[in-house]
Amino acid sequence: MLPFILRRTLATIPVMAVVALFVFSLLYIAPGDPAALIAGDQATPADIERIRQSLGLDRPFLFRFGEWTWNILRGDLGTSIFTSLPVTRLIAQRVEPTLSLMAVTLLLAIAVAVPMGVLAAWTAGSWVDRTVMALAVLGFSVPIFVIGYLLAYVFALELEILPVQGYAPVADGLWPWLRHLLLPALSLGLIYIALIARVTRATMLEVLTQDYITTARAKGQNERKILFVHALKNAAVPIVTVIGLGIALLIGGAVVTESVFVIPGLGRLTVDAILRRDYPVIQGVVLVFSLTYVLVNLAVDLVYVLVDPRIRY
Amino acid sequence: MSDMPVLAVKNLTVDFRSNSGWTRVVKDVSFTIGRQETLAVVGESGSGKSVTALSVMRLAPKRSSRIGGEILLDGESLLARPERQMRQIRGGDVAMIFQEPMTSLNPVLSIGFQIAEALILHRGLARRAAEAEVVRLLDKVRIPSAASRFHDYPHRFSGGMRQRVMIAMALACQPKLLIADEPTTALDVTIQAQILELIKELQRDEHMSVLFITHDMGVVAEIADRMVVMKTGHAVEEGPTEAIFACPKHPYTRSLLSAVPRLGSMTGTQGPARFRSVDRDTGPATDPAPFPETVAAERPILEVKALTTRFDVRGGLLSRVTGRVHAVENVSFDLRPGETLSLVGESGCGKSTTGRSILRLTNPTSGSVLLDGEELTQLPRRAMRARRQKMQMIFQDPFASLDPRMKIGAAIAEPMIVNKLASPDDAHRRAGDLLVRVGLAPEMAGRYPHEFSGGQRQRICIARALGVRPRVIVADESVSALDVSVKAQVVNLLLDLQQELGLAYLFISHDMAVVERVSHRVAVMYLGEIVEIGPRAAVFGNPQHPYTKRLLAAVPVPDPARRLAPRTVADDQIKSPIRGVDYVPPPRVYRKISPGHLVQACSDE
Repeated sequence: MLPFILRRTLATIPVMAVVALFVFSLLYIAPGDPAALIAGDQATPADIERIRQSLGLDRPFLFRFGEWTWNILRGDLGTSIFTSLPVTRLIAQRVEPTLSLMAVTLLLAIAVAVPMGVLAAWTAGSWVDRTVMALAVLGFSVPIFVIGYLLAYVFALELEILPVQGYAPVADGLWPWLRHLLLPALSLGLIYIALIARVTRATMLEVLTQDYITTARAKGQNERKILFVHALKNAAVPIVTVIGLGIALLIGGAVVTESVFVIPGLGRLTVDAILRRDYPVIQGVVLVFSLTYVLVNLAVDLVYVLVDPRIRY
Repeated sequence: MSDMPVLAVKNLTVDFRSNSGWTRVVKDVSFTIGRQETLAVVGESGSGKSVTALSVMRLAPKRSSRIGGEILLDGESLLARPERQMRQIRGGDVAMIFQEPMTSLNPVLSIGFQIAEALILHRGLARRAAEAEVVRLLDKVRIPSAASRFHDYPHRFSGGMRQRVMIAMALACQPKLLIADEPTTALDVTIQAQILELIKELQRDEHMSVLFITHDMGVVAEIADRMVVMKTGHAVEEGPTEAIFACPKHPYTRSLLSAVPRLGSMTGTQGPARFRSVDRDTGPATDPAPFPETVAAERPILEVKALTTRFDVRGGLLSRVTGRVHAVENVSFDLRPGETLSLVGESGCGKSTTGRSILRLTNPTSGSVLLDGEELTQLPRRAMRARRQKMQMIFQDPFASLDPRMKIGAAIAEPMIVNKLASPDDAHRRAGDLLVRVGLAPEMAGRYPHEFSGGQRQRICIARALGVRPRVIVADESVSALDVSVKAQVVNLLLDLQQELGLAYLFISHDMAVVERVSHRVAVMYLGEIVEIGPRAAVFGNPQHPYTKRLLAAVPVPDPARRLAPRTVADDQIKSPIRGVDYVPPPRVYRKISPGHLVQACSDE
């Protein structure tokens, strides 16, 4: 197990290197002269030159890339052009709301979607199954901003049981924190719930036809244990896979959700940075998101080994 | 009280729902099983025998099936019980084991957990006590070092060992009735013999009754006191096993029994022989035409010398080679036109890899293969592809070896077109002729594989192989998956084709009785090596190598008279051909017993 974790962790290094190269190239891939774009219409050539130098665009690509990478390894993501604050500090200020939102969404989605999928598979073909699947289609097709405003209207404005928008740090207490996150998590998580529920249903349907399920029934085991002990553990690998892949959906969705619910997180920071063409911030945020994604998939691979004893590396 | 049957099934009917409504698959079946009695339900696929077994447990899918009639366990009706009570009976009073040991254990739960589950459910044991009991059960079914294997997962066990685990699970709560649904069909013969002995022994110890579902008449003769023969949902004949074997009344039973390959039935003959065919509905038997001498005296069409195929086993942090599978080791034989050489042995002995290596579907590590005098092992890839026209392969699973989205006419025509033997139009015309040749109708060419039965599909595969006019056919377990009567027909077809076309067959099989029927010569493989090779009559009549003897002794014989004689069956497992990286196979010496009959001098391995 330990050599596997070691090997798998080492394997993330080349992945991160490639990601870093892409992130760094953002500056060069963007159309036009980034320095001129950042400086704006009223800038003098001297202004543009100053920005060019601060971005390092006057020096060779590889040299600049090496320097940038070295700085990152030292924990320095550069300085925001707009606010002149270190990017690391900007990110540190914004990371808690986003991580909270993603964690709550993830847990909520798994807690809702997996039992839904199991139930749908168990009652395959019945009205329960059809209802679950209809909800899943709905979840796929309604955009976050629509479902977000709809939920806010019903639960915040009409029923007045949850706050309309904003964020409360964990430090202010668990309940206010959770109250503020419920609606955003639900609107962000809907597509994720749909995805996980569908995959759970499909995999469970397949697993439930296996011989060992008949063996478990022939043993006199009850249906609840058959579903959640015998079948679900076998269905776990594909389910965990989509949960991992779906993190990408969450990252994209977080940006929109934070705008809808006015949450001061990384998503907002990203949107603002893009609008202002604040390249060091964009690079920093994208790098953090990529790292999150790579780490989640590392965790997924480790979970595989835990749920399926046949997987050995 | 004592004469009340443990299980009484009265007028059982089972219907399955399909798109077109309800279909009756079990029709008015009745039987009883007395205390400590073994009843075999025999039939071919689709006869309803497994559905009958599942219905006793009420395990048929609830929404799409309907059970009628009466099922009484110790005089009490099972069909009327609520599901909760039924769960108490399942695994408690009635236990079940299944055909596929590879799939009937849950792969992600430890075997200890899976056995303990039944103990906790039905005997209310605490976890600790259950663990001790599991170890006792594993010991009882003779799993070596049982205590240390409690936490192991099923993939760490071989097929035979898994079936022992299944039996341990079934016995956990001392059931009154054990339902065994083809429990040995997927196992090798020597392992099958072990499991049958184990079931018999445990039945005596635990005073169980057994309902044994099987298609294998040899197994029936070995284990059953009484038998029920099923055909398309009907029980056509019922009675004591001895009586039915001695004097089958129903034509279907007679056709089944005559199709059963019997080991030893060929003693005193030299060449192969066709199976007798009995009309399944009316009963008159037609004796087959004698099989003429087909082996040509000329140079062998296929000469294999010192063929060796090894696979690397990798492991560790850097995926280094940690061992090698010596799948085929120093195998030599030749094959003449019109001759059938059978490669026999148990799973993992390398017989299939030998076939694949000859065709270079797997590239051999070393050795030489001459086809019609031409060396194949060094040929460039493209040239090799052209040679495959002369050597065709027929696989075991006719369901997997036909493309489900290709019409069978096109499937048969394809090799002819690929090998440029015919224009597409000609090829399709010839496909029709070939269908006739294998006993099908030309107008079937427009159908898809799923519209055919297993036996018909295997005929289609044979037609496809014949299209390119091969001289050698490698038949890899080609009749193993077929029902007995179908198996007999396909064997007869292969023999007809040999007689007509002078085909040479490399017949790869684990089924000794079929091998005895079809072969001119036999090679016995063990751990990648040929341990004995010779004329069929010599190898079967005068086996020399201990492995050959063990293999022959393990074959179930369809003769109920032998049932009560206890057999001594060694609990050996099949050994693995995985060796260390630096393993050098010892030099082998072959002893000549009679002309052409060679035996590997025994080592101490």
